[in-house]
Amino acid sequence: MSKLGNLGARLYRGEVGYDFIGKRKVWYGVSILITITAVVALAVQGLNLGIEFKGGAVFTTPKTEISVAQAQESAEEASGHQAIVQQLGNGGVRIQVSGVDTAKSDQIKEELAKDLSVRADRINAELVGPSWGAQIAGKAWTGLGVFMVLCVIYLAIAFEWRMAIAALIALIHDITITVGVYALVGFEVTPGTVIGLLTILGYSLYDTVVVFDSLKEQSKGITKQTKNTYSEVANLSINSTLVRSINTTVVALLPVAGLLFIGGGVLGAGMLNDISLSLFVGLAAGAYSSIFIATPLVADLKEREPQMKALKKRVLAKRAAAAAKSESAEPADPEGDLEDLDPEDAAPAGAGSGVVGQRRTQPPSRSRGRGRPSGKRR
Amino acid sequence: MAAPKKGRRQSGQGRPGVALALILIAMVALTGGMFASGHTTPRLGIDLAGGTSITLEAKNEPGKPNAINKTNMDTAVGIIERRVNGLGVSEAEVQTQGDRNIIVNIPKGTNEKQAREQVGTTAQLYFRPVLTMAPGQPTPDPSATDKEKPKAGDGADKGTPSGSPTPQGRAVTDALKDATPTPSASGKGDTGDKGKGDKPGATEPPAPDPATKKLQAQFTALDCTKKDQRVETAQDVKSTDPIAACGKNAVGQWEKYILGPAEVDGKDVDNAQAVINDRGQWIVNMKFNGKGADKFSKITTQLKTQQSPQNQFGIVLDGEVVSAPSVSETLSKSAEISGSFTQESAQELANILSYGALPLTFTEQSVTSVTAALGGEQLHAGLIAGAIGLALVVVYLVVYYRGLSMIALLSLLASGILTYTLMALLGPAIGFALNLPAVCGAIVAIGITADSFIVYFERVRDEVREGRSLRPAVERAWPRARRTILVSDFVSFLAAAVLFIVTVGKVQGFAFTLGLTTLLDVVVVFLFTKPLMTLLARRKFFGGGHKWSGLDPKRLGAKPPLRRARARRTTATVDPKEA
Repeated sequence: MSKLGNLGARLYRGEVGYDFIGKRKVWYGVSILITITAVVALAVQGLNLGIEFKGGAVFTTPKTEISVAQAQESAEEASGHQAIVQQLGNGGVRIQVSGVDTAKSDQIKEELAKDLSVRADRINAELVGPSWGAQIAGKAWTGLGVFMVLCVIYLAIAFEWRMAIAALIALIHDITITVGVYALVGFEVTPGTVIGLLTILGYSLYDTVVVFDSLKEQSKGITKQTKNTYSEVANLSINSTLVRSINTTVVALLPVAGLLFIGGGVLGAGMLNDISLSLFVGLAAGAYSSIFIATPLVADLKEREPQMKALKKRVLAKRAAAAAKSESAEPADPEGDLEDLDPEDAAPAGAGSGVVGQRRTQPPSRSRGRGRPSGKRR
Repeated sequence: MAAPKKGRRQSGQGRPGVALALILIAMVALTGGMFASGHTTPRLGIDLAGGTSITLEAKNEPGKPNAINKTNMDTAVGIIERRVNGLGVSEAEVQTQGDRNIIVNIPKGTNEKQAREQVGTTAQLYFRPVLTMAPGQPTPDPSATDKEKPKAGDGADKGTPSGSPTPQGRAVTDALKDATPTPSASGKGDTGDKGKGDKPGATEPPAPDPATKKLQAQFTALDCTKKDQRVETAQDVKSTDPIAACGKNAVGQWEKYILGPAEVDGKDVDNAQAVINDRGQWIVNMKFNGKGADKFSKITTQLKTQQSPQNQFGIVLDGEVVSAPSVSETLSKSAEISGSFTQESAQELANILSYGALPLTFTEQSVTSVTAALGGEQLHAGLIAGAIGLALVVVYLVVYYRGLSMIALLSLLASGILTYTLMALLGPAIGFALNLPAVCGAIVAIGITADSFIVYFERVRDEVREGRSLRPAVERAWPRARRTILVSDFVSFLAAAVLFIVTVGKVQGFAFTLGLTTLLDVVVVFLFTKPLMTLLARRKFFGGGHKWSGLDPKRLGAKPPLRRARARRTTATVDPKEA
């Protein structure tokens, strides 16, 4: 714990840290790869849509002696359609029959009740007409669209348009990944899944907004100083909110894990399981994107501004001068400073190494004392 | 530097107590209100309590593209509610959802199949000539009259003083443009009397073939005050057959009728409206379409020559007589039903009449029936999941934040109390029902709520790391944390609000809980967490940075105060380098 606390302090001061901005291209690449995989999976395999979207019936029986195969046979006989049967944690079975209309389902239910020797009124039935699912899905998409537009407007006002764009891209990224995972693994998509997915919207942005807030605060008056470029400030923002981001993600995932455990373990299937599964995937993607995608994107966009370009020039010039000076003053330690400076030519937005830009700005005396451990981290 | 800090602290000294008192009062008030209202648990949705939920979707009838609007949907809801509750379910709720859906929730213990039939089939409205009518109970048995006497006597009393048009009110009214006070009113009274005395004798012309006899027997035995009998009578009626039916008169008494085959179909009604006539009475105006006008003129021509009650026609909705006006002249395209209507009863009749004209058809979109056992199981599972999630969060917070977690836990508790009481109170207030997605929303909200504390705590710790002592750190961290919390909660709330407005069904329940808890999160953080933090920062345990307080400067890796001035931030540390 004390180590954690210390790490938090050092992250906060920028003594240690991961160079998120400098390595952004790697993470962009990773994300693009995942996204392409997701899109391909979606195109090739498609989503395994649940009964709620295709139309059909789901019957859930109480604890029964009957085997899955028997139940399936009985359901298929009764309905004339293919049936999917799952065993539930409580000893009951869940039978899905697609392609039946609501009128016929009653008849199926009665026959099932007879075959499974359960009373008809003890069988739970969910019957869905095909257009209902389409309507739910349609509304969900509308909701998604409206939310995105409103959010971009809000973020553009509260922060600035670059951040709004970056947040939007991160959001689309999260949703694509989540949907991709569903396509790839073949999890069933139900209204519960959609609910989970829509919640991710809020959560993913929530995370991003906190990092942006810190970035906005730290980059206040940035043009009036010559110590750090925008990217470096952005990197410091990510690192200083890293502890919070981790804590948030953990705290958000814990209840979801509880849901998943109970939903999957005890009930076997159903709403709880569906919501928590998509939440779990989406939250993980959301935490990743707010750190690795959203903020670096903002930095990229920002660095295009003439002001920021000028700032970078000034900062680099100053550093070069300082480096030359310290090199002549302390020839004993040329390597440390070189390391710090070299990457800046290669990756203009920050150090290409695994260390935060800020460390570079520390006085040589300190980097030799306290800062050394972070140097070794490379 | 010292002065503003002191000022901040002083201003913070008065406020924390007030804020805490405020929120405590709110909690006590809500809890008190909850117990006072008698709703100590949130109302449960169908998926948790068991029951059947039916979703209907309205479709335009061909050629009438703009029929789906609020007025029409509300009319439909009224009719469906009437039909479902006619089954003996008094708690079924029918509500519109979105712009084109109607949700019917039928609690457990109802005959689900029957309910679905009622909801699923289109309502049937017919105009049938009245053949016979009588008070609503099987009369001949004199002992039975005890109970019935006041009622029947009442009707007779009012009816016999001839000439008064009011007694049978809505049930027996005039149907004329000129709205002559019908002499038939007294006649009706007679019929009532006769019915009471010797019911079978009250019958008139119909030819005594076997079917009629059977109907007659059914009519005699029929007890309209018994719901199951009414329901049974209303079942399976053919529009081409004569039927026995029940209906309430204006004073709310049941009457029974034998009605002839349907002459005019409710679909022939073009529209119907409740209006006030020039004498200041509520009347119902109805207009027929071309086909309806022909048929209606035929039937009214026939009826006007008849004696009461055979000059009446019954307006029959799903086998129940909703009104039985008498006719004294031939009517065709438009007709006026007058009588002792109140605004409410006139509008109800107009609604019923216009339902026939409603150019909407409803299709069953989804039917979910959940047994009470599964509902209970799901609720149970949801609660366990919530408990596990909460426990995990608590453990994490305690391990990571130590003493500080106490504040977080108390805040979570406050938030929990507010959420629970509001949910319980919103049940009766706005019909909020806790369903499974809503439970999920609440569980997910644990994370969002806890996150606000994390944002604040991390801020405070950052300040401590910069070498501040706790009291100023708590105050300095607040404005920044506040902004972050507001911005991120706003985004979260925005998501919930958009979902709530745009979506339908289960998603809406989820969005509602999420929105509610997000709002409460802001309330709790502002009025509870922050003031509590301010108060506790004055205690030695926290203020002194005890090692179990979660705010121990050493553990947090704070810089020794000595270096604070020189090396607060990286930006400041560059100076020596330059020198």
